[in-house]
Amino acid sequence: MNLHEYQAKELLRAAGVPIPPGEIATTPEQAEAIAQRYGVAVMVKAQVHAGGRGKAGGVKFCPTPEAAKEKATAILGMTIKDLTVEKVLVTVAADIGSEAYVGIIVDRATKKPVFMVSAAGGIDIEEVAAKTPELILYHPVDTRYGLLSFEAMRMGFFLFKDVKLARQAAKIMQQLYTAFMNAGCSLAEINPLVLTPTGELIAVDGKMVIDDNELDRRPEIAALRDESSEAPSEVDARNSNLTFIKLDGNVGCVVNGAGLAMATMDLVKYYGGDPANFLDIGGSSNPEKVVNALRIITSDPNVKCILFNIFGGITRTDDVANGIVTATKANPLKVPIVIRLTGTNEEIAVKILQDNGFSASNDMDAAVQRAVELATTGGAA
Amino acid sequence: MSIFIDNGTKLIVQGITGRDGSFHAKQMMEYGTQVVAGVTPGKGGQMFEGTVPIFDTVYDAVQATGANTSVIYVPPMFAADAMMEAAAAGVKLVVCITEGVPVLDMTKVYPYVKEHGARLIGPNCPGLITPGQSKVGIIPGRICTPGHVGVVSRSGTLTYEIVNQLTKAGIGQSSCVGIGGDPINGTNFIDCLAAFEADPQTKAVAMMGEIGGTDEQEAAAFIKAHMTKPVVGFIAGQTAPPGRRMGHAGAIISGSEGTAAEKIEAFLAAGMGVAKRPVDFVDLIKARLA
Repeated sequence: MNLHEYQAKELLRAAGVPIPPGEIATTPEQAEAIAQRYGVAVMVKAQVHAGGRGKAGGVKFCPTPEAAKEKATAILGMTIKDLTVEKVLVTVAADIGSEAYVGIIVDRATKKPVFMVSAAGGIDIEEVAAKTPELILYHPVDTRYGLLSFEAMRMGFFLFKDVKLARQAAKIMQQLYTAFMNAGCSLAEINPLVLTPTGELIAVDGKMVIDDNELDRRPEIAALRDESSEAPSEVDARNSNLTFIKLDGNVGCVVNGAGLAMATMDLVKYYGGDPANFLDIGGSSNPEKVVNALRIITSDPNVKCILFNIFGGITRTDDVANGIVTATKANPLKVPIVIRLTGTNEEIAVKILQDNGFSASNDMDAAVQRAVELATTGGAA
Repeated sequence: MSIFIDNGTKLIVQGITGRDGSFHAKQMMEYGTQVVAGVTPGKGGQMFEGTVPIFDTVYDAVQATGANTSVIYVPPMFAADAMMEAAAAGVKLVVCITEGVPVLDMTKVYPYVKEHGARLIGPNCPGLITPGQSKVGIIPGRICTPGHVGVVSRSGTLTYEIVNQLTKAGIGQSSCVGIGGDPINGTNFIDCLAAFEADPQTKAVAMMGEIGGTDEQEAAAFIKAHMTKPVVGFIAGQTAPPGRRMGHAGAIISGSEGTAAEKIEAFLAAGMGVAKRPVDFVDLIKARLA
């Protein structure tokens, strides 16, 4: 789960990281009032889950409250990477001496959270990593001990030769690590970490991505989810315990298991079609899940054919068949459906489907080819 | 021969009285796995299905039965403790089926289990099976048949799909291992490939990868440098968009890293067979066994 900048900054501030004052505005008037109250130049920053906000014109410097109102008018309601800006962060503009980067990411290779620090901050760290890798220090942390003082100091000295600044930076690393662990992050970063002309370090932008598996035990973090910033079908799917990702094609896919779901999408593409989604109904059998899956898929007007691909292990194929029958009785389908199922209780499932006027195949390739054909011809074939 | 489990495997089921644990304990027993103990705190002294003694702790279960392997079906928030408990009790192979274990928990579990000299498979995996001998986890036994192909995969149902097609084509398996779809797991492709290389029964290997991370690329480099047996590979997620987690926490393309194209390229560079579709495994493996 992605957090907005303002949410990440609140968590970082709570851990002690120095952050310029800021507040959220949803109208230009609010933005103006906040800037008025601060009485100094501010930044108005779009709060959407997308990178490249600055390049898209979603981050503006405003020397006066009037400018804040004007810029907020332009930014609120604009779209950045298909996402509409509903909120802006109005925050005191920092005097920038130099910019550094400090981030932590869970690394698969070392199987640890790894700090990445660089004096070349303010820009995309992936670019720095690609072009000038020597400017980045990587430091893995053993979470059983936490970030040790000498480790934080080593990173502090990598950024600043001056011991006072190195100490300040080390303290911020500790605070960032604390926020990272407390929120259950898979990524947390401060970019840029700004050194002001008066020698203070402050975090001017913050980003956090939360491991979805942490949310059950961190209700206060789960409560930060902003459903208005996500596709409605994905919100619906999550609330129905389905994993769903909307794509641009026209073959609606319902599959059990993430690997098989990806392989099914790939096979749709292989046979010349285009998948409309990734949808994993998961391992446990439950006709209700199938009903929800069909509702979500059929709400996409692009879908021209529905493809079920079920390999029954734990999932009972008769449960899936019952789900299909129940769902289509309540809401008759307007597009053709191709059903492939094999495995646990396959014979019962096929009988249930046949008794209700559906046919079923047990061959994955044949089913995918048929679905692609139907999506192309609209069922006329 | 086989890898990791065989008819000498003596298994503990952690969470044996839960919904999933009890269902799969029965399935494993029907398959012929020696299930010697169950663990559910507070139910020590009871019997499962009238034949398997239940203990309060893994330690007690190991002491009483000499079990060497444990399989975990406990809820995600308890899974980290369960894995470490098994390793601390002296179990040498710990298989965690549980899906949804926080990755930061795994940053503690992984070094702990390793330091206790145990092998961990998973979490978020279907487990493993040595056809005709033993099954630990949830892979449906009836789709497998004994033979000479080693199977290793990050997926569950996709593995079943491919194993089923192999079996239908008359191609049996030495062992099938599902290593799981999480970013941090106990056993990776290379561990399994090295074991298959050393296993005299295995004549070829089928390997199913996914988008995300660089495990498949590292596996390809290992194959090129260290394997004499032929390997056929497949990558799921060729059509996945970057930045989106495709179900498995590990299946995400971040930046330019972890795409299907770069993994397939690594396979080709290692001289591996590449299955474009799951069904292609049948012919590619057949040609390499001939």
